[in-house]
Amino acid sequence: MSTRNVVLHVADVHKRFAGLHALADIDLQVEEGTIHAIIGPNGAGKSTLLNVCIGRLAPDSGAVVFDGQVITGKQPHEINQMGVVRVFQTPEIFPDLSLLHNVMVPAFAKRDGPFRLNAFQPVWRRTDIRDEAMHWLEDVGLATQSHAIAGSLSRGDKRRLELAMGLVQKPRLLLLDEPTAGMSRHDTNSTIDLLKKFKGRGMTKVIIEHDMHVVFSLADRITVLAQGRIIADGPPDEVRGNPKVQEAYLGGVH
Amino acid sequence: MFNNPARNDWLLLAGFSAVVLCLPVLLEPIGAAYPALMQKFCIFGIFAIGFNILFGLTGYLSFGHAAFLGVGSYAAVWSFKLFTMNAIPAIVMAVFFAALFAVVIGYVSLKRSGIYFSILTLAFAQMCYNLVYSVLTPLTNGETGLQLSLQDPRVIDAMFIEPAAGLPRVNLFALNISGGGYAGFYLCAVMLIICFFIAMCIFRSPFGMMLRAIKSNQTRMRYTGFNTRPYLLAAFVISGMYAGLAGGLMAVTDPLVGAERMQWTASGEVVLMTILGGAGTLVGPVLGAAVIKYCENIFSSFSPGTLHGAFGFLPDAIEDPIVSFLSLFVGDGWNLTLGVVFMLIVIFLPGGIMEGLRRIRMMFNRRPGNGRKIPATQTQPAE
Amino acid sequence: MDALLLQVLNGLDKGGAYALIALGLTLVFGTLGVVNFAHGALFMLGAFCAVTFNRLLNLESVVIDPAQKTPWGTPLEVRTPYVEAWLGDFGAFLNDYSVPASIVLAVPVMLAIGIVMERGLIRHFYKRPHADQILVTFGLAIIIQEIIKHFFGANPIPQPAPEAFGGTVYVGEILGMGQTLAYPWWRIVYLFFSLAVIGAVFAFLQFTTYGMVVRAGMHDRQTVGFLGIDIERRFTVVFGLAAVIAGVAGVMYTPIVPPDYHMGMEFLVLSFVVVVVGGMGSLGGAVVAGFLLGILQSFASMNEVKAIIPGIDHVIIYLVAVVILLTLPRGLLGRKGMMED
Repeated sequence: MSTRNVVLHVADVHKRFAGLHALADIDLQVEEGTIHAIIGPNGAGKSTLLNVCIGRLAPDSGAVVFDGQVITGKQPHEINQMGVVRVFQTPEIFPDLSLLHNVMVPAFAKRDGPFRLNAFQPVWRRTDIRDEAMHWLEDVGLATQSHAIAGSLSRGDKRRLELAMGLVQKPRLLLLDEPTAGMSRHDTNSTIDLLKKFKGRGMTKVIIEHDMHVVFSLADRITVLAQGRIIADGPPDEVRGNPKVQEAYLGGVH
Repeated sequence: MFNNPARNDWLLLAGFSAVVLCLPVLLEPIGAAYPALMQKFCIFGIFAIGFNILFGLTGYLSFGHAAFLGVGSYAAVWSFKLFTMNAIPAIVMAVFFAALFAVVIGYVSLKRSGIYFSILTLAFAQMCYNLVYSVLTPLTNGETGLQLSLQDPRVIDAMFIEPAAGLPRVNLFALNISGGGYAGFYLCAVMLIICFFIAMCIFRSPFGMMLRAIKSNQTRMRYTGFNTRPYLLAAFVISGMYAGLAGGLMAVTDPLVGAERMQWTASGEVVLMTILGGAGTLVGPVLGAAVIKYCENIFSSFSPGTLHGAFGFLPDAIEDPIVSFLSLFVGDGWNLTLGVVFMLIVIFLPGGIMEGLRRIRMMFNRRPGNGRKIPATQTQPAE
Repeated sequence: MDALLLQVLNGLDKGGAYALIALGLTLVFGTLGVVNFAHGALFMLGAFCAVTFNRLLNLESVVIDPAQKTPWGTPLEVRTPYVEAWLGDFGAFLNDYSVPASIVLAVPVMLAIGIVMERGLIRHFYKRPHADQILVTFGLAIIIQEIIKHFFGANPIPQPAPEAFGGTVYVGEILGMGQTLAYPWWRIVYLFFSLAVIGAVFAFLQFTTYGMVVRAGMHDRQTVGFLGIDIERRFTVVFGLAAVIAGVAGVMYTPIVPPDYHMGMEFLVLSFVVVVVGGMGSLGGAVVAGFLLGILQSFASMNEVKAIIPGIDHVIIYLVAVVILLTLPRGLLGRKGMMED
């Protein structure tokens, strides 16, 4: 277990918002091929951490190292091209494009790079991209609607679409921000199955999740954040029994 | 379920070319079949197609495209003055200089988006316009406008042809282009078809798809691994080159150019053409350009006299108020009509004529079990 | 030194006009979230209120008096404006002061136009994309402009300043700097007028509860909506207020530049630049940037400057805007979160 590569290393990251410690002294290592869950009560800094990882926020100090390269300070598209893909909490899709095109766009990013002026080759001739996109739409169960306009989907379907948009890039590191929030129990379970399906295969996942059912059925390792600090880090069973974690979740209320 | 997309595109192109080339016949019944007007349709069609590549695909609303039109015209006239009366170098120069300007202006303006972008392009266009009137007078001849003169060097022509008496005319080798003949129209028509073809390629290509995706959700594009800036700049420059070509063709068909071509009203006109026809559609902008130029031609030729003639059958008490009201909109009042159309379109039919046609078709197609579902938004390329 | 001071003065009156227009633009943008391309047309309408008022005052009765003869021997036509006939000396006074007096006409007219515009058109565009707002108000601007052109013609119509303020004032003498510094009276009047209006607007926003709501709305529209305040009616009033500010700015500007139908667009483009430089949604920024750009422009039109960089006077404002937008994306005094996408 411990001989595995560390694919993501969040090293001593600090981030303050107007005097508030959003992230304090975060040091986190994610091993290759695992599913690593980050949990914590509201306002614990989970989303901030994810935003730092994909370059949306710059940390005040510290660095994020992906695969041996420092990625803090890089442009979002550069980080993506290195293989770090994020699925957003509120679905971020292309509402005016069809489902198929929604998945084809990230597939093009993977194949053709951050910019390519290919103006004289029609999209339909790129059957490779199209087939790949259809494949992933089938996997998330949206293939039958592939020509619908994405903006008309229900929220749960949008999330599944975004999952397909993330997976089609075959990321080395997939960051999922509450991938099942707002989904029915049935959809949640199929999402869990889907994520399990690609376990290993060189794809590492970091999941932020509130739903403990999802966390404990997926995660190999769990990190618990509270008030911007890591209060526990370890395999699921260890974390479950940790009194500090129980205090963080319950102590604030009673 | 889906037809062969390649065949559909070729059919569209063939149909479009046929219509454009047959304009002299098709427009006969509505009295618009004279070359000077038809070449205007083509030139403004090119301008609008180009504008649409930027606005229709990326959603970036430029209010400064007239600057590229003007740059193209000035470049073409200088080519006539310095080198040769042949149209081809003039057109090449026009496109080249417009592209040059577009790279600079686009590079700066695209650092911002939304209304900031609109205001930046507007500011640049006003700056160009002001400069043309003032410091650049040696290049642009200020208010008088730049025109040919007998003293022009025309170095290439001078090597081959004996100068004839009077001002030379623009030619395409043996063909006489300027002067309102059919040769001018057909040159513009062929250019329009080429431009349409290129636009079609862009619309169908991954590049076009990325531009649409940028319009839909630019932030997402960045996190999807795209560097959006070069995409936008490429779209901006291509659309600037279209405007430059249109400006060049204006000069080719009538070799004199004044600064008013660069004014913000001209920028506003191309915006109107595009949204009237339908932004984001292929045929819409051309249609919009033709409708506006045709109406301009009709309306501005009306005078209260013709109106009195048209409503002469009414009793005077009714006729006079009608005529005086309508005379607001015709003749010099054409711009007022333009403004009214502009507002009506934006308020009631933001998708333009193409959207209107689609709605009409939907009404007739609403029989049960009638094949394909038409997508809810604007016409998407067939897959 | 005198020359520099003169340029500052020259810039101030123009800056005052920019500031007033930009103030209205910002007010509308900040509260209603609408980009109003017809705002310049409102300025122009104000100017034409002055023209109309002046024409009304100059409606004359023509009486042919056979007792008096012209030098050519024909009977003299005695023209007396009705106001003078009816009101005597006060009429003559009114006629002389037609420009400032027409504010009385301009305020209700502009308020009405503003309210009609907001109720009839702008209101339906709150939820539409900014591009649509730009397009529809742009169309409206063309319409207003063309209607004015239809009724008043295409040529500028000079308006007289009141005689008492018609000449020049020797600013230098007042400041003890010698005779050379002469400056048209009316421009000084305009400067103080614009300062007064700006002060009044700020006082309104600062000290009345109404203004407080508007300011709160500029800060956070949604919350104000949640407080159960009738935000719609206030929007209408804000728009009317902006129209009035633009209108009176136009009225008073007429003796400086004779109004014509397209003056609105010229000022609009510049005012947008002012708003952008000042910072979208910042009222203070609009005022500061207005005066700043006015002064800059007048410095750029000094012969000494033009000799170094020809044509700079025509482009300085745009250049400044480009530089500001690229270096300070939020403008001089802009707040975070305004129109950032």
